[in-house]
Amino acid sequence: MTATTSRPRVAGAGRPGGQRTGSSYRRRRQALIAWAFALPFVALFGVFMLVPLISSFAMSFTDFTSRDVQNPLSVGFVGLEQYSRLFANPQFLRSMLNTGYFVVVGIPLTMAVALGLAVALNSGIKRFRTVFRVGFYTPVVTSIVAIAVVWRFILQPDGLMNTFLGAVGIQGPDWLNSTTWAMPAMILMAVWRNMGTLMIIFLAGLQNVSAEMLEAAEVDGANAWQRFTRITLPTLRPTLLLGAVLLSVGYLQFFEEPFVMTKGGPLDSTLSISFFTFNQFGFGQYGLASAASYVLFVAIALLSLFQFRALRSKD
Amino acid sequence: MTSPTETLTPASPRAETDTPGVRPRPGKRRRRIRPQTLTYVLLVLGVVATLLPFAWMLLGSFKTQGELLRRPITWWPEDPTLENYSQWFTSLHIDTFFFNSLLVAVVTVLGNLLFCSMVGYVLAKMDFPGKKFLFLIVMVTLMVPGVVTFVPLFVMVSKLGLVNTYPALFLPFLAGPLGVFLMRQFMTGIPDSIIEAARIDGASELRIFTRVVMPLCGPPLATLGILTFLTSWNNFLWPLVAAQSQDKYTLPVALSLFSTGQDATNYGLLLAGSVLVITPIILLFIMLQRYFIQSVAATGIK
Repeated sequence: MTATTSRPRVAGAGRPGGQRTGSSYRRRRQALIAWAFALPFVALFGVFMLVPLISSFAMSFTDFTSRDVQNPLSVGFVGLEQYSRLFANPQFLRSMLNTGYFVVVGIPLTMAVALGLAVALNSGIKRFRTVFRVGFYTPVVTSIVAIAVVWRFILQPDGLMNTFLGAVGIQGPDWLNSTTWAMPAMILMAVWRNMGTLMIIFLAGLQNVSAEMLEAAEVDGANAWQRFTRITLPTLRPTLLLGAVLLSVGYLQFFEEPFVMTKGGPLDSTLSISFFTFNQFGFGQYGLASAASYVLFVAIALLSLFQFRALRSKD
Repeated sequence: MTSPTETLTPASPRAETDTPGVRPRPGKRRRRIRPQTLTYVLLVLGVVATLLPFAWMLLGSFKTQGELLRRPITWWPEDPTLENYSQWFTSLHIDTFFFNSLLVAVVTVLGNLLFCSMVGYVLAKMDFPGKKFLFLIVMVTLMVPGVVTFVPLFVMVSKLGLVNTYPALFLPFLAGPLGVFLMRQFMTGIPDSIIEAARIDGASELRIFTRVVMPLCGPPLATLGILTFLTSWNNFLWPLVAAQSQDKYTLPVALSLFSTGQDATNYGLLLAGSVLVITPIILLFIMLQRYFIQSVAATGIK
């Protein structure tokens, strides 16, 4: 795990052997200069990104554990065994199910809320636009750890959330200790924390909706809902898909909320794939952890590819 | 969870600005005013609900433990106290955590600004073998989930004997793919004629880069700087593993360890800690909100 790249050395100083070779000499010189510019990045990126990426892939086919760190030669090649262990592990299957739940419910919900906010902010209101935008975006910039402290407090059985619910006659659950309600609470937090980013992206997309077309439709007697579904939404389609891709890459990696709020509990009901992987790392099961992380990587790549295809098809 | 840094489509650093929305239609006064009032009411309710957890955090940080545990819950602190804050400043070394967070964030930002612009420049404006491959690799890694590199990264850092050092905290983040993407995208838009003119005048590539190209790159540098600072300041998982003694903790690490350790039920202390962690970034956000929002629009949109 040492070598990074064997890039051409910058021997720069050597004088040209003769000006005759003209353009080919200049091209070689340019290539050297270019790689010299790229060198610091390539070195850091190679060591801290590419090498781990490849070792992780290699590790997923071995029985590497934390004990082998000092003596990597004792590691054995086990083929696909880690992957078959993984798919036979009920906890991993549970984590896939949980991640699916989070993604399938969380993405449409976040997108709907963000779209609603963007449309409202774009509906011709003039005052306090900046205040609203800053307000809705604030959760995005704050640390998940700080957020977790206050949300854990808010979600207590007799906390702020249930006090509000009680005021409208609803008996709130013990959110974080209920196998039914812990995940909805995670989704609620994720919507709150991510709607700002999508709102900004959708707001930018809404600037492409033609005002003339909307006006013409109104003259022709289309009501607000018809104008929204027939003109605004189709124009926004690429932006919506982009939002979906960004969200799914993020939501599939769902980790921090359960890590700081529930530790994956109760009874694994908020354990995500990333969290499962992290736990295996903690147990020293490096081979299994790597296999699980690659399953996640493939899922993300496939979903993004699928969404990009959908995005391209009608453009 | 996702930060605004994941990007997938090419972006031009165009700003999302206060473009006027759909023009209000002339006439029909009654129909125009009523929906607008409704929009305002909904937006105000929404913003209040969104910011409520922060208000709750701030108010709670001035309450005593007794009041925080009392039911039914109270809104305003009945007996405001600064005890929760003074504990952070006297016995819990928040100044060390703050310094560590700041140091790591600043080094990470500087590294990304420098290294990513250099690669961005050659990818945008020079021809060399391996260029397409380099760009492809960088783009693919934008999609790699953090957990994939986590294990080998930790193994490597421990083999290098760097666990619990500052370099362990910032080295893995000094050169990220996002920055390369951003800088290359912007630099591609700089006219070739400017650079050709400088080359004909005999300027070296280094000189062109530092004197011609970089001075034009204010907007993407600002975007990259903000995004990198934000990500680093809030980064949590890696420092939690890489920093193992109190003198190397960053703010989120310290807060998370206190919130699960023996102070787990000292709510006032934890709320005050949360306020201290998010205040710098919120102040920065409010001061630079225009650029923050530009940066999201720039990285997220074509």
